[in-house]
Amino acid sequence: MRYGTLIAGLGALVLVLFAASLLIGPAALGLGDSLGALFAGRGEAAVLVMREIRLPRALLGVMLGASLGLSGAAMQGYLRNPLAEPGLIGVSSSAALGAVLALQTGLAASFALALPLMALAGAVLSVLLLLLLAGPRGSSLTLILAGIALSAFAGALTSLVLNLSPNPYAAAEIIFWMLGSLGDRSFTHVWLALPFMALGWVLLATLGRGLDALTLGEDAAAALGIRLARLRLVLILGVAACVGAGVAVAGAVGFVGLVVPHLLRPLVGARPGRLLPASALGGAAMLLAADIAVRVIAPGRDLKLGVLTALVGAPLFLHLIYKTRREGL
Amino acid sequence: MSLLTLDHLTVHRGDRAVVRDVSLRVGAGECVGLIGPNGAGKTTLMRAALGLLPATGTSSVAALPAAARARQAAWLPQMRDIAWPVSVETLVALGRTPHLAPGGRLREADRAAVDAALARLDLAAFRSRIATQLSGGEQARVLIARALAQDAPLLLADEPIAGLDPAHQIMTMTVFAALAAEGRAVIASLHDLGLAARHCTRLVLMGAGRLVADGAPADVLTPENLAQVFGVRAYYAQTPDGPVFQPLEVVK
Repeated sequence: MRYGTLIAGLGALVLVLFAASLLIGPAALGLGDSLGALFAGRGEAAVLVMREIRLPRALLGVMLGASLGLSGAAMQGYLRNPLAEPGLIGVSSSAALGAVLALQTGLAASFALALPLMALAGAVLSVLLLLLLAGPRGSSLTLILAGIALSAFAGALTSLVLNLSPNPYAAAEIIFWMLGSLGDRSFTHVWLALPFMALGWVLLATLGRGLDALTLGEDAAAALGIRLARLRLVLILGVAACVGAGVAVAGAVGFVGLVVPHLLRPLVGARPGRLLPASALGGAAMLLAADIAVRVIAPGRDLKLGVLTALVGAPLFLHLIYKTRREGL
Repeated sequence: MSLLTLDHLTVHRGDRAVVRDVSLRVGAGECVGLIGPNGAGKTTLMRAALGLLPATGTSSVAALPAAARARQAAWLPQMRDIAWPVSVETLVALGRTPHLAPGGRLREADRAAVDAALARLDLAAFRSRIATQLSGGEQARVLIARALAQDAPLLLADEPIAGLDPAHQIMTMTVFAALAAEGRAVIASLHDLGLAARHCTRLVLMGAGRLVADGAPADVLTPENLAQVFGVRAYYAQTPDGPVFQPLEVVK
C-alpha cells in the first residue's frame, strides 16, 4: 500500500470515529438533534450534552490516542525494540503517583484541577530525575535502566499510599481512577492537556530522520550525523509531555502505545520515521473506537477505557506474536 | 590531500590506554589496511578518529561538526545492525541521511548514489528484498552498499569482509581499491592478511594500542613484525599472480 493512501485512510477512519463518538451516548439524541445542537445551538439540554460532554470527550479521545500512538512509535524506534512502550521511561507511573496523592490527600475533592495538576507535577519531577539518572551521553541502555527504576519506585509509592489509606472509599476511588477513563471530562481538561500534548507532538515529529538512521545501530547513526544525546533529550521531553498530560486527564490507558505501532509497522515498510504519523492516527482511531465501545457495551456500568484497551490489546498482541513466529522473523 | 590526520590520539578505557599516542595521515588515493591481532585497538582507533569515543590528541574528522563529519567520512561498524525488516533499497538509502533536503525526500542525486552503490556490490537483484531476511553475508554487503551510498571522501570500515564468501571478499576489496583510485580514501580493518597484502596500497600495523609499523605491504609484513605482533610465521612472495601471503604456523 502506498504511504499517502495509508495516511489518508487512517485520517478518514479517525474522522468517521470522531463523528460516531459525538453521536453515540446515553442521552438518546437523534442525528438531526445532535447536529443541530452542536452546530446551530438548537435545544438547551441537547446543546449542553453535545458541546459540554460529548465534544470534549471525543476531542480528548483523539488527543490521547494520537499521543499514545506517537509516543509508542517513537519509543520503539529509539530503542529498536517492538516491545517498548511509552510507560517505559517512568513518566506515566510518576504522573499516576501525583494524581493518587491528590486523591488521597483530599485535594482533588476540594479543588477540581488539583488532580491533573498534581499528575503533571509528578510527570515533570520524573523527567528531571530521569535526565539526572540517565547521564549526559546519548546511550539508550541507561535510559531504560533509569526508566525502570523510576517506574518501580513510583509504583511502590502508589502501593504505599493505597496500603496506608485510612478509608476504603478513598482506596476504591484511587483504584477506579487508575483504570483510566474519558468519562465526565470537560473542556477544562482539553485546554489543560492540549498545550503539553501539542508540544510533545511537535517534538516527536522532528525525530523521523534520526529514528530511521538508528535502524543501523547507535554507532552508525552517530556517524551519519545524528546527534544522539540531543535526539534522546527530545524523545524524553516529547514522550513525557504526551504521556504526562494523558495520564493527568485520563488516568492510565495501556496497550495503545504498544499495539498500534506494532500493527501498522508492516504497512509502512517498517520505516520508523513513517511509522510516527501513521501511529498517531492509528492511536487516535483505536482510542476513539475503544471509548465508543465502553459506552455501547455496558452503558450503565461505567466500564473503564483502560480495562477495555487492555482486554482488546492483549489478545491482539498475542495474535501478532503468533503471526511473527509463523513468518519466521 | 590529507583526508584524515590523527595527532597523538590516545583513548583510555578506565585506567588502561587502549590506543596510545597514534599519529597518522591518510591522503586521497590510499586504500589502507588496518591490521593487528584481536585487542590491538583497531576498532577503538577508528571510532576515536570519527569522534564516536572521547579521546585526547586530535583527529581532523572528529573535530568537524556532526553534519559536516557525516559528509566527510562514512563508517561501517563491525556490528551488523539491521533493527527493522526494511527493504534493501530503504536501508541503502539511509546512507543518504547527511545529504537529504529538510523534507527528507530522496532527490535525483540520492537515487543515483543508491543505484550506484547497489550495482557496485552486486545487489541490484536484491533491491526490494527485506534486509533482515537475507543471509549474514548478504546483509554485510547491503551494509557496505549503505556506506558507499553516503558518498563520502573517506570510508572507515571495521572488518568489512568477515563472513563473506571468497568471491565477494575479493569483490569488496576491489571496490575499496577502486574507490581509492577515484581519489577517495579507505581505511579497513582486516584479519585476512593475504587480501590486505594484495589489495591495499598501505598497511598500518597495530599492537597493544600502539602503531607498530606503517608503510607499503612488503615493508610492514616482515618476518620480525609478524613474529613480534601476531606470533606467526608466514610465506610471503611476489609472484607473477601478484603478492601471495599465507600464514603458516604459530611461533614462540
